[in-house]
Amino acid sequence: MAAKCAQGYFMSSRPAMPVSRRSFIGGSAAAISAAGSVGAGKAKAQSSASADRAKKRTVSFTVNGDRREMEADTRLTLLDALRGPLGLPGSKKGCDHGQCGACTVHVDGQRMLSCFTLVAGLEGKEVTTIEGLANGDELHPLQQAFIDNDAFQCGYCTPGQIMSGVACIAEGHARTPAEIREYMSGNICRCAAYPNIVAAVEQARDAEG
Amino acid sequence: MRPFDYETPQDAAQAVALSEAAAQSHVGSPVQYIGGGTTLLDLMKLGVMRPERVVAIDGIGGDSLNAVKKTDQGLHIGALVSMAELADNGMIERDYPVLRDALWKAASPQIRNMARLGGNVLQRTRCPYFRDTTYDQCNKRVPGSGCAALDGFNRLHAVLGTSGSCIATYAGDWAQALVALDASVSVLGPDGPRVLPFSGLHRLPSDAPHIETTLKPGELITGFTIPDGPWPRSTYVKVRDRESYAFANASAAVALEMEGDIATDVRIALGGLATVPWRASKAEAQLRGRPLGEAAMEAAAEAEFADAVTHEHNAFKVPLGKATLVRALTEAKAMEI
Repeated sequence: MAAKCAQGYFMSSRPAMPVSRRSFIGGSAAAISAAGSVGAGKAKAQSSASADRAKKRTVSFTVNGDRREMEADTRLTLLDALRGPLGLPGSKKGCDHGQCGACTVHVDGQRMLSCFTLVAGLEGKEVTTIEGLANGDELHPLQQAFIDNDAFQCGYCTPGQIMSGVACIAEGHARTPAEIREYMSGNICRCAAYPNIVAAVEQARDAEG
Repeated sequence: MRPFDYETPQDAAQAVALSEAAAQSHVGSPVQYIGGGTTLLDLMKLGVMRPERVVAIDGIGGDSLNAVKKTDQGLHIGALVSMAELADNGMIERDYPVLRDALWKAASPQIRNMARLGGNVLQRTRCPYFRDTTYDQCNKRVPGSGCAALDGFNRLHAVLGTSGSCIATYAGDWAQALVALDASVSVLGPDGPRVLPFSGLHRLPSDAPHIETTLKPGELITGFTIPDGPWPRSTYVKVRDRESYAFANASAAVALEMEGDIATDVRIALGGLATVPWRASKAEAQLRGRPLGEAAMEAAAEAEFADAVTHEHNAFKVPLGKATLVRALTEAKAMEI
């Protein structure tokens, strides 16, 4: 079935079923990246009045070390770019308003909210996501620490927690449990795995010595 | 979000040249500067702000925009310095703890990495009737439409500086430290540069709450200057519904100079309680040059809140505000410097 995908924001056609959600997103995104152009707002623009036509900018930046060039709608956030055309759905969309931290990534080494980051402003920047943290099959010490300490239940906030935790340790803001709680407060966990998250950050901090 | 042009000027003059627009107020302008974007993108996603052009200033050059330095005029802080950068500055921690405390107790580490100080002071209210465009009444969002908060859920709203048109609370923290320390703000606009007292930046809502600042359309904040100092005996106390990452129900920025028990200079500003960064001049006048005891602090707090106006759900803010003021004075007095 190659019918047009009515609800697809980024995709122009639906791949053959059956397909998992993850491979669906990854596969579609790869196809679009290969075409060398990412028109996030294309469908919307075509169906809107000319006054509301999407504005685009060509931007070049790296994601997990790979150079990416996108012709992006100026409205496109880094979060939507990652989860859509760039095929990296590890960064999660929780609130989309800077209140939950689930979308946390690193931009030029600093933890940032990808829901509040426009792709249009990323020229020359280096983005690291949860997918770029492990060294091949070897997990980052904080990823391993989350497993060892059972630091999640549903797991939806976990990528943001880990990206934030890695930065928290690097910043030197993980000296005490109280400081970890304060400097991890931008990452909300609805399952309230907080004590285990603090323990995981402590373990990774100590592992890095 | 509506489509917008995204401009990347090389310097402040180019940024200002790109930002001339006919508008009644800076915040209502169809052209908006974007630094960290943590307020602007939030409000654009909500449909509250709908600029046609967004001018990115995070990459523009110029030492003074990005610098923190002591000068002959006082402490200079560039408008593009991030909240995290200033909070982690060792000199600030030592000489101006109130500036640091007001920053690390605000927002989250991610937001503090993104948000620039020039935009921070222009952070807009969290009034839910302002943020939710499905409410017809909001004089700030739609001039003349009325105020849904007056008879709505107003637990978070202001008790100082309110009007019959608006009771929205000024949401920021750092501005309280600036107003307490008599800071000035430098601005570059279509007519050139100018300097104004920070206390003259924010406007009381009065009968025009949609005009929130005295900035003209196209004007860009370039920096802040704090004339005196250092202020090692200073602090920011913030009371929230949860321990971290929440807006203030009440806060107090306090800076003291003490000679023995006498407070030779007292600076106080209140947050979470007022429609603008609120300089507590009445409390200061009662305390300046006198012994700083608990009874004097409580009397000063009474004087500051004498004209407070409460609504159905926010009367608790008066006793909370007084207690927060007294606690901040007590903590500053007890600091070992």
